[in-house]
Amino acid sequence: MPIHIANRLVAAAGRIILGKEHAVRLALACVLARGHLLIEDIPGVGKTTLAHVLARLLGLQFQRIQFTSDMLPADIVGVSVFDQRDGAFRFHPGPVFSQLVLADEINRATPKAQSALLEAMEERQISAEGRTWPLPEPFFVIATQNPSDQIGTFALPESQLDRFLMRISLGYPDRAAERALLAGEDRRELLAQLPAVLQPGELETLFAAARQVHAGPRILDYVQALLAHSREASGFSLGLSPRAGLALLAAARAWALLAGRDHVLPEDIQAVLPAVAGHRLRPAGDAPQPADTLTRRLIEAVALP
Amino acid sequence: MTEPRLRRDQSGWLLASTTLTLAPHAEHLPLALGALCALLLLWRGILAHTGRALPHRLLLLALAAGIVAIVQIEFKHLFGKDPGIALLAGLLSLKLLETDSVRDGRAVVLLSFFMQLGQFLYQQNMAIAALALLGSVAAIASLLALQGSVTAPRLRAGAATRLVLQGVPLMLVLFVLFPRVQGPLWGLPADAYSSVTGLSNSMAPGDMARLSESSEIAFRAAFEGDLPPPAERYWRGPVLSRFDGHTWRPGRTHATDAPAYRSQGIAHSYTLTLEPHNQSWLLALDFPGSVPGLIYTDNFQLLSREPVRSRQRLTLVSYPHTPVGLDESPNILRQALDLPAGFNPRTRELGARLHAEANGADDIVTRTIAHFRNSRLRYTLDPAPLGRDDVDSFLFDTQQGFCEHFSAAFVVTLRAAGVPARVVTGYQGGEFNPVDGTLVIRQSDAHAWTEVWLAGQGWVRIDPTAASAPLRIQNGLAAAMPDSAHLPLLARTDLAWLRDLRNRLDALDNSWNQWVLGYNPARQKALLAALGFAEPDWQVLTALMGAASAIVMGLLTIWALRRRSSADAIDRSWTRFCRRLKTIGYERATWEGPLDFAERLARQRPDLADTVRRIASDYARLRYGPADADPALGQRFHQSIKNFRPR
Repeated sequence: MPIHIANRLVAAAGRIILGKEHAVRLALACVLARGHLLIEDIPGVGKTTLAHVLARLLGLQFQRIQFTSDMLPADIVGVSVFDQRDGAFRFHPGPVFSQLVLADEINRATPKAQSALLEAMEERQISAEGRTWPLPEPFFVIATQNPSDQIGTFALPESQLDRFLMRISLGYPDRAAERALLAGEDRRELLAQLPAVLQPGELETLFAAARQVHAGPRILDYVQALLAHSREASGFSLGLSPRAGLALLAAARAWALLAGRDHVLPEDIQAVLPAVAGHRLRPAGDAPQPADTLTRRLIEAVALP
Repeated sequence: MTEPRLRRDQSGWLLASTTLTLAPHAEHLPLALGALCALLLLWRGILAHTGRALPHRLLLLALAAGIVAIVQIEFKHLFGKDPGIALLAGLLSLKLLETDSVRDGRAVVLLSFFMQLGQFLYQQNMAIAALALLGSVAAIASLLALQGSVTAPRLRAGAATRLVLQGVPLMLVLFVLFPRVQGPLWGLPADAYSSVTGLSNSMAPGDMARLSESSEIAFRAAFEGDLPPPAERYWRGPVLSRFDGHTWRPGRTHATDAPAYRSQGIAHSYTLTLEPHNQSWLLALDFPGSVPGLIYTDNFQLLSREPVRSRQRLTLVSYPHTPVGLDESPNILRQALDLPAGFNPRTRELGARLHAEANGADDIVTRTIAHFRNSRLRYTLDPAPLGRDDVDSFLFDTQQGFCEHFSAAFVVTLRAAGVPARVVTGYQGGEFNPVDGTLVIRQSDAHAWTEVWLAGQGWVRIDPTAASAPLRIQNGLAAAMPDSAHLPLLARTDLAWLRDLRNRLDALDNSWNQWVLGYNPARQKALLAALGFAEPDWQVLTALMGAASAIVMGLLTIWALRRRSSADAIDRSWTRFCRRLKTIGYERATWEGPLDFAERLARQRPDLADTVRRIASDYARLRYGPADADPALGQRFHQSIKNFRPR
């Protein structure tokens, strides 16, 4: 039963990442909707741990790429090396050839290196030396970035932000969670002991189940109303694209599945909207506004149909 | 805050409804103005398509001045129906060129509706009504476009059509019950007296031929029982007995309330529907029985008390074998022998010779007919020009003419021979429309014949045209003409499909005239009497109208409510649930989903938590879940809301 699997996933993740159930659920929903995830937060709040946990839970091959400012595209996608014995170039796949890639601190790399990864995310294949190399299936990128007002970073442009299904942030743990964290065992050890929750093939079942979650006409009306409002109302300089609408629906389906339902509710849309739309909306005017404020305003402006 | 600019679909709809509204007006607009309107609309269309800015105000002002100037030049003034409509048409096209906001768009729609009514000032036929209806649909679609968001044009037109259809019952109520006034509904005083094609009360050579070029309908006759044979279909109009050498005019007549003859013999009963001709004569078959309210003259014309200025229905019984004028007064006989001195000497000579040769009046008439037949006179629509003595040159020189030539020559000959005779004008024949069983008489059926007074027989109808062109009387004008190319298209008989089509259209038109345009106070009264309202005054009518409108609206409302399916029952119950919570101070935000709302309530009112959570999750399942929900769930949902009485 997909619903039981989903519950097991949430529970297992919650044992390692304390007090962050909502963010963990969003991350899981993002994966079940087959989207890439961007985690934006200050260092040290557990971004990397979250990526590790997801990989372990879902039983995926895991590779971590630490982005640095001197990084080259070849460091990500791989390099062709001349083989003396064969007398020919041979392609050595880079770390991107993995089911789950953690792109740590993606905004530290130059735009050139960033775009190498982002192209891989979009195409789900690598083109090198006139040949294409398919990436493993499934293929997820979890990128983390420090908030872009820190020194020595290259913020991702809007077109590339759009490739991430969700952008979430973790934030500080609350008091009780932090206490448990401090008092408890080392997270690394816990992680090492964490068994894979999913059997081989179960992930595909979950993907299929997420796609089949029912989204009735009222839900589609609601999504359209939200999209229309973001485009027409003053207060947004950039409305939501059709792709954002698809992303919203796919994420809400996965969210509903995690909640154990076979149909999407407006609550599901509202739950994923900040993560899905937050990095796609731009406020009108010059004053920067927190993404949460923008999405909150969007939700509260559109009545349920 | 500035008004929102028009979207492209909105300008498109406005353009479409304006074009549909103005197109039927093109017929009566001055050519220059019509062309200008078309150009302005085209210009607006291009601007809407390319998204370019609208022209400057000053340019529009100049154009407006130009439109006023065109109207002033064409009509010499700016007031009244024609200049008013022309001015409005021009300004409506121009208004579109400065319309860039929703508010202006509404003004354009309003003016379009008014211009659609304006069409009825010119014509009230079915085609115009259909065009106006189409224009209304477009205008309503424009209003919907101004109001709502972007939709496919097909859906928008569908919505507008539905709205119009929903208005139809109310329209019927208003049509049937709105207090009627006597007279044409749409005519302005100025038009009712304007010139129309038809018989006149004088006849000069060429008049009838000119009339025969018109295929306009003069009147229709619906017979009870069999039609009289074609040779007896003489619809009697003005009787002309005074002749000044060129023109025939009516003589002095005396009018009474009842006919001066005693009807006898077989009878034809029929209903005439006369098109307005602004004259008081009615066109009856010989010779109508007494009908109260009509006027009978001593030369056996049937007149109405008022000129026929609107379409009129009249039921008559005619007795073709009634003898009339057996003891005619000497005055009238003297008038029927009068010939102006110094005209037509050759014809007078012919008359004198016939008088000398013949044995009595009957013989003179027989010999005259024989003379006409033997003269090989040619029946034609465009005879050669005649000299000063019309009758002489027709009878002896050109020998070709139309019915007015024949009848005039015949009467002059007989008078010269001492037999009283006069010209009668009217219509002869008519075409039977098998679709609705009426006889349609057109202006092209206009005819002139003669009446001869014979002692012991009274006035006897003789048609000299029949002597030369018997086909004209038997089969109508088209059959008598060797070459039908000169005839109006619709009078031609060689195109069978065309005739059939025309018959169908005529029948349709006739019912329209009878039931829609002919719905006058009398008919309204008759209808209401049939419904049990004996003498309805306007108060009764207004009360009836109010009641019927209320019933129609009520029925429509019930229909609309019932259309809300059981899916809406779920919403209704949910709304009731939310309303009850609101009265105790817990209002659901418009954006708040059911489960979130229930959780918020559960926190604030733990005592209600279980019920509220169950109701909310049932609602969520019923409303947003797949449609295969257990019916028991719906019942449980409705039941628990019915029992939900929070305090």
